[in-house]
Amino acid sequence: MSEKIEFLQPRAAVLQRRETIIGDLLEVLGADGLIHEPRELVPFETDAFVSYRRLPLAVALPRNTAQVSTTLKYCQRYGIPVVPRGAGTSLSGGAIPQEDAVVIGLSRMSKILEVDLFNRTATVQAGVTNLSISETVSPEGFFYAPDPSSQLACTIGGNIGMNSGGAHCLKYGVTTNNLLGVKMVLMDGTVIDLGGKYLDSGGYDLLGLICGSEGQLGIVTEATVRLLAKPEGARPVLFGFETSEHAGSCVSDIIAAGIIPVAIEFMDKPAIEICEAFAGAGYPLDVGALLIVEVEGSEAEMDDMLASIVTIARRHEVKTVRKCQSATEAALIWKGRKSAFGATGRIADYICMDGTVPLSQLSYVLRRTGEIVESYGLRVANVFHAGDGNMHPLILFNANDPVEAAKAEEAGNEILKLCVDAGGCLTGEHGVGIEKRDLMRHQYAEVDLSQQMAVRAAFDPQWLLNPSKVFPLEGRPAA
Amino acid sequence: MQTSFTPEQLADPQVAESEKILRKCVHCGFCTATCPTYVTLGNELDSPRGRIYLIKDMLENSRPADAQVVKHIDRCLSCLSCTTTCPSGVDYMHLVDHARIHIENTYRRPLIDRLIRAVLAAVLPYPARFRAALRLAKLGKPFAPLIGKFDTLKPLGAMLALAPEHVPAARQTVSAAPVSAVRRGRVAILSGCAQSVLHPGINAATVRLLNRLGVEIAPVEGEGCCGALVHHMGREEQALDFARRNVDAWTRQIEAGGLDAIIITASGCGTTIKDYGHMLRLDPAYADKAARVSALAKDITEYLASLDLPRQETKGLTVAYHSACSMQHGQKITMAPKLLLKNAGFTVRDPAEGHLCCGSAGTYNILQPDISAQLKARKVRNIEATKADVIATGNIGCMTQIGSGTAIPILHTVELLDWAYGGPKPEGFAAKA
Repeated sequence: MSEKIEFLQPRAAVLQRRETIIGDLLEVLGADGLIHEPRELVPFETDAFVSYRRLPLAVALPRNTAQVSTTLKYCQRYGIPVVPRGAGTSLSGGAIPQEDAVVIGLSRMSKILEVDLFNRTATVQAGVTNLSISETVSPEGFFYAPDPSSQLACTIGGNIGMNSGGAHCLKYGVTTNNLLGVKMVLMDGTVIDLGGKYLDSGGYDLLGLICGSEGQLGIVTEATVRLLAKPEGARPVLFGFETSEHAGSCVSDIIAAGIIPVAIEFMDKPAIEICEAFAGAGYPLDVGALLIVEVEGSEAEMDDMLASIVTIARRHEVKTVRKCQSATEAALIWKGRKSAFGATGRIADYICMDGTVPLSQLSYVLRRTGEIVESYGLRVANVFHAGDGNMHPLILFNANDPVEAAKAEEAGNEILKLCVDAGGCLTGEHGVGIEKRDLMRHQYAEVDLSQQMAVRAAFDPQWLLNPSKVFPLEGRPAA
Repeated sequence: MQTSFTPEQLADPQVAESEKILRKCVHCGFCTATCPTYVTLGNELDSPRGRIYLIKDMLENSRPADAQVVKHIDRCLSCLSCTTTCPSGVDYMHLVDHARIHIENTYRRPLIDRLIRAVLAAVLPYPARFRAALRLAKLGKPFAPLIGKFDTLKPLGAMLALAPEHVPAARQTVSAAPVSAVRRGRVAILSGCAQSVLHPGINAATVRLLNRLGVEIAPVEGEGCCGALVHHMGREEQALDFARRNVDAWTRQIEAGGLDAIIITASGCGTTIKDYGHMLRLDPAYADKAARVSALAKDITEYLASLDLPRQETKGLTVAYHSACSMQHGQKITMAPKLLLKNAGFTVRDPAEGHLCCGSAGTYNILQPDISAQLKARKVRNIEATKADVIATGNIGCMTQIGSGTAIPILHTVELLDWAYGGPKPEGFAAKA
């Protein structure tokens, strides 16, 4: 296990009261609603950032907002840290617990409460998976736009916590642009409602504050999201280039020309090989880099936009342009792209970076990323949301080799610093979690951090919610 | 994912294999979303990722199985939906097989549980015993609801409830019917165990259809249960004995007259027979022969798809095709059965949530009656929403399970195909169509 990133020291007072706490929570949640046997806690010790692991004190699986409220109120009263968990798909360790924490898992709150097609909204419990919203409204011709690659499994609660994005967010925006309201439980057990079935509410944009707060301001138990009408048609097109630099500068030029397709996804050669082996989507294997560009609308609209993109791509010596011929083919193209991280597991362990850079810097950052990883003697595969400059270098390593694991982490840190130095930021959509926590000072001045911490403390003065995450451990205000 | 096994632990070939499987998992969590028990229970411990982690912890620590681990592994249907979803290629099937063997070898179950499992393992794989037991069960059927009220006796109640009202007479499945003029192949058909008792009409339809198509059926002596039922209970030795017996029986035929395929009409058995090569890999006397048998094993629809059947007039009948888990996830056969049905003149509909198990899963509907009942209700709801005239599937377990929850007739795919290509109207469907 990697040990470079530290967690807060567990509170002795909490550990000593373990049995009492479990007894009390069993009364709130029932025998079926609390996991506390040591063996059964092990599978909750990590999420998809699997190199770090900590056993929790207990795992609560509430069935409704009232149980979440009672549990939080109890934890506040006795100073017990709380770590919220959706589907545990975080790539930044957002759902990794700690020894003195109660995990609150929302997996049993997975009902779609209301679909209001007239107002084009859906109200769902926080444990609903991202994809199931679109699946529910698809027969009526609607969809929920943000589509993280883990959308099959990840929950809307987790999406709100991380302000998740996805391939199609280039046109439709990320979670915060598609979230209309939440029901949220504060650490003291108070249940609040923010927003509703409308685009903007009065007063401060508290919803904007909640979205991306990584479970540190409260626990969202319900969300009202925007539904959009499905386009008349949609078509992914594959553009193959000689090198990553060619593909990168083509992306910059497409956006600079004022063209906004639905998605521009990038894969370099190693990523193409990995994804093709898994999905058999027909990605060209004889190119150095690939862009998946999706256009949508009527046939004429799609043809028109595509023609402009092809003209730009020719300037960057595009080698192959392949239009997808059927819905099945389109589905495979997206399946391959969305499974890229997992499919990488077939050849190696990996850590996935999430830095975001201005598009003008894309080619430079890609080249430097390759150099950095190479200098550590490791390999990298790049597959990411190029249209919004959200890079995902996957650094490949052997998790059973501690030296290599440490190198991978160091290379990752260097890449993230590179993104910040190039005018970008540490995270596009995966969140800070523990992974990028200790790099926050590279991005923010002390005064920025202290103001952010003041906001956080306004919601949770005792720093009990997901406490080891986001803010560097040194320099925090005394709770 | 990182693992920690000592070289001594890895000297055990089964541990070494499981370690390789665990190393592929990147803990992404995609599998949770398509796991029937996670979707039903909402607890990661009852999901593939949770189970993989429990197994990893148990094996790394060389620990005997305990009640908690057993509870969550027992709840796994082995439907393998997770392996279809997994982008990393984690071989969950062989990992959970290993876990089940480890449980069987290191854990002592409560008395009632042991008794029920012993009875299942001693009766189900043997057609004569099974037939006798079903006749006996008919007498106990009225008491099923009462027995089901006691928690520990629930499996017994489920067993009685599942017993059919009518047990067909024993039947010789391999007919000596003449093969049509053009000879297109020679195959063996698994007669198997439970299916031959519950629904002998399936293999009868298979024989008729294949004979008409010019395929000769080899008379195979001495084959029987494929071993899947006991294999999934972790009774490895018993399962391997069944496998060896079948490998011997088919090998005699392969060496005598040659076989183009070993046809299986229950996809649950197909998944296991296709795995014989792996199950017997450590047995030098059988490894090669078993691999040869596995390579020849074909689901009936897989084989029919290779015969290029003529297109038939439309029947005006809508079929809801239920893909058994062992068909779609175990054997990755997804399109062939539907294309065959369409080609034969049926309108085919896919029920929603087709990836989710119906809750049959071998002996699961007896051993885990509560979860099984919830999955059955969900499956029936989705199937009935298609408003189909008939349900087609390729596995006897699903037929029994789904058939007990809906008034829509349920048939084996091959029964519909036999009818479409000149055979009699399937039994149990004649009244409606």
